[in-house]
Parts: sequence; C-alpha cells; structure tokens
Amino acid sequence: MTSQGAGAATDGAGRPSLTTLPVGDHGLLIELPTPRDVEALHAELLRRAAAGTLPAVREMVPAARTVFLDGLADPSALAAELAGWRVPPPTADDRPAVELPVHYDGPDLAEVAALWGMSADEVVRLHSGTTFRVAFCGFAPGFGYLTGLPAHLHVPRRESPRTRVPVGSVGLAGAYTGIYPRSSPGGWQLIGRTDAVLWDPRREPAALLAPGTPVRFVPADATVPTPRTAPSRTDRAPEEPAR
Amino acid sequence: MTDRALSVVRAGALTTVQDLGRPGHAHLGVPHSGALDGPAHRLANRLVGNPASAATLETTLTGCAVRLRTAATVAVTGAPCPVTVDGRPAPWGAPVPVPAGAVLEAGTATHGLRAYLAVAGGIDAEPVLGSRATDLLSGLGPDPLADGAVLPLGSPYGPPAAADAVPHAGPAAELVLPFLPGPRDDWFTAAGLRTLAAGRFRVSAASNRIGLRTEGPALERARDGELASEGMPLGALQVPPNGLPVLFLHDHPTTGGYPVVGVVPERFLAAAAQAAPGTPVRFARIGRRSRPAARPS
Repeated sequence: MTSQGAGAATDGAGRPSLTTLPVGDHGLLIELPTPRDVEALHAELLRRAAAGTLPAVREMVPAARTVFLDGLADPSALAAELAGWRVPPPTADDRPAVELPVHYDGPDLAEVAALWGMSADEVVRLHSGTTFRVAFCGFAPGFGYLTGLPAHLHVPRRESPRTRVPVGSVGLAGAYTGIYPRSSPGGWQLIGRTDAVLWDPRREPAALLAPGTPVRFVPADATVPTPRTAPSRTDRAPEEPAR
Repeated sequence: MTDRALSVVRAGALTTVQDLGRPGHAHLGVPHSGALDGPAHRLANRLVGNPASAATLETTLTGCAVRLRTAATVAVTGAPCPVTVDGRPAPWGAPVPVPAGAVLEAGTATHGLRAYLAVAGGIDAEPVLGSRATDLLSGLGPDPLADGAVLPLGSPYGPPAAADAVPHAGPAAELVLPFLPGPRDDWFTAAGLRTLAAGRFRVSAASNRIGLRTEGPALERARDGELASEGMPLGALQVPPNGLPVLFLHDHPTTGGYPVVGVVPERFLAAAAQAAPGTPVRFARIGRRSRPAARPS
C-alpha cells in the first residue's frame, strides 16, 4: 500500500482524522469528517480484510459519515491501532459504471423540476449525465444511497410518504438518489422507474449495487414522456436558474 | 411431494421459520434475522439431534399445530406451553416421538411469548444467503406460516442428544435490560439519561421481531434533528423523536438516523424475546458513559 498524499481530512502523513465510539461489547463506530474520508477508510478496511491483516469482523457498514464495525473481539485495540493508519485518498474507480435504463416518467418529476428550477427535460439530462456512487446501503436489501448530485440539487422528502412505492422507482431525497428494490412505503421524490433487478437472492451477487459501485442512469425513452400524474406547478416560477 | 414434510394445521398468531440468521450482509441492507431466543432454538435442536444451524419454527404466544407426514422426533422449548400429540399430553422441553400422520400441537404460552418447535432433520426451506430464516423487515426467507402450508423436512442428523434436565429460568415478571451507554448518549440530557435509568417502562403491544417498543416516560434530548444515517447494531436502544426507546431485535434495519442511547449485549436479548406486551421494563446501565455528560438543556 502506498500513500498518494493526504486526503481532505488527514494529517500530513495520511493519518485519518477520526473519532471512535464504542458500540456495545463488540462494536466500533468510526466517525469521519466527510463522505470522502468514509470512502477512503472503507476502502482501506476492505484492503486490510482481503490481506488478512484486519481482525475478524462480522459486519462492516459504511454510511454517510461513519463506518460501523461489529463482531470485533477487541474494539478498543482496533480503535487504538486506527489512529496510526496511513489511509490513501479514494482513487478514481476504474470499474465500469453499472448502467440502469430509466423511464423518466415519475409522478414527482415536475415537482423536482420546479425545485431545481429547470424543465423536466433538463432534470433528465442532469440526472442521467451524473456518475453516481453507492455511498452505503440500508432501508431494504439492495437499496443503495447514491451520491453525486451537487448540494444545491438536494431535495426534501415528500411531506407525506406514499404508502406504496412501486418496485424499480427511481427517487431523490436529501443528498441521495436511489432505486426501490421492492414495493414498499416511501417518501422519496419519484422521477422515474427502471426494470433492472436490484435484488435477487438467487443471483450472485444478490445485490446489483454494493457500497462503492459507480452507477449511471440511461434514459430508456427517446423523449421525455409526460409525467403519469403531473402535479400542477403553474404557481411556481421554474425560471430561476440553478445555483 | 416427498413424505419428509409437515403440513400446517394451525399457524397461530405468527409462526416463522428461524435459524441462526444471515449475519455478514448488513452492508447490503440485509438484517441479521434468526431466532430471537437463540438459547431456546439451540436447545430444541439439540433435543432432536440437530445441529444448532438447523431451522426450527418460532411461534408467538398462541403456538401452532403441525401434522407430520413421516414419523419424527420433535421438541418444543422457549415459552412454556402445553404440548400434545393427537390431543394427548406430551412433555415440553424434551424429545417427543411423533408417529406419521399425527398432529403435534404447541398450545398458548403459559408465560413468555415465543416457543421453538424443532423436528429431527430441521425445516428444509430454501436458504437465502445461507439462511432459512424468515426476515419480516425485508421479506427474505419463507413466508410466515399459513394454515395448510406444507414445509419440507431434512433427513435426521442422528440420534437425539440425551438431556436429563432442561435448564430454563423462565421469563421474569420484570424485564431487566442491561445496556452499555452510547454511541449517541450525548444526544440526551442528564435528565433524559436519568429517565432511562430510573423510569418505569412497559413492553408495548407494537413490539415485533424488528424491535421491542416501550411505553413510558420520554427521554429528553440535548439536541434536535437527525443524525446522518449510520450502522445500527443488534441490541441498539434507538430513540425516535417520541423519546421512547426501541430495542432493535434480529429483523432490525441495518442503518438508521435516530440516536442510539445504549446497546444491550446480545446475551440479554433472549429475555427480551420472551417479554409479552405489558411486561415492566427496567434499563440497567452496566458501563460508564461513553463521553462526558451532555449539558442539561
């Protein structure tokens, strides 16, 4: 392993700026300053696990600002060791992105267009023109929280969650975009749907998206169809450009 | 259909197939799952000669009844309940030989909540990610039992283990949950933490395999808002905005955004699995605060 220089939140020697919190008898929650640091430390943990130099661990769960390790024999020993690690910054992922064909006809497309201050066509272009990455998973097997949208395009959840979001729905909430692997209640703003199978326990791997996977959305239709249940947004001025 | 099967005569309130669960997949959003009362599941398997990994049936309060298509040794453990074979009393917590075609019934629990019914050979449902457990949060594994359903059985592993006496403390009148503070105890005021340590809570009827919910005094928060989502351990005491702790059981979500005030070690979760709604709950801190006390707000 070589250090390619300090990441955003490392000291000059590439040592991570992190806080460790004990979680029960066998867990350790590692807090990091930025999602980029989470990505770097998670990659380093995976490298060490593959090399057999990481203590045995039952679960390793990266999230927005943390990596959670559970099933450790001695969490405090690992916590002490972590402070001296050299963690290289995340490298550009050279894996080809998983491409997901999307029908951009979600019921909240017009709502998102209004929030973003642009037309539905522009939402589609922007969303499908972004390379996303799975920051972490949760909520349901195969549900990945995908990052990549700039902060000014983060949208709130719907005030009233839907009781049933159809399988394959592509949604936005906060900093994330995601795809519902199965039908469930949900409060994300739905802009489209995909026929891709996000989760199939008979498949290896069962989850199409795992932490770190790069993802691109590809418009499945030549033109953007009218949203299925387009809410009227004539009361909002969509002309304000995105910051 | 092979003879090595059982048919469900009475599914009961909620009966699921359980084993040791599917740990190691939390990063994909897959819950641990598995038997909530691990010791009772293991004992039932041992009594019929199965390894601990064999799948058993986990019942909820009202038990269940199954008809065996083949003669097999069966054992019922966990919550004490009347056991019958074709209506005749049979021992609880012991190997019971059941003839082909006979109905084995585990009745309503006399105390406790969840009984475990093991059949020699185990329930041979299709494994998902190496486990036959029903996961109610994400819908993995076999469906909960329904009247008339047929479940395949595996071949017996060998002679049942001898057991002269079955150790069983029995569910206590009060559920005491020892917990280690943190990782987010600093999200609560000193008064909120005193409420956790001294408050009188009860098991809520809204409890399930995902979480044991409590009713009682709300914990006062030192800070508002939500955490960024983070990994959630088995045994987490997560506190949603209503201030009432939820103990995360085996089907819990793998990430979440509400603060975890403490963690109940896994060895104490079997007792929680047997606490019926209305049972008084006390939380007992067994370690120091993870950080200096938050300022009272």
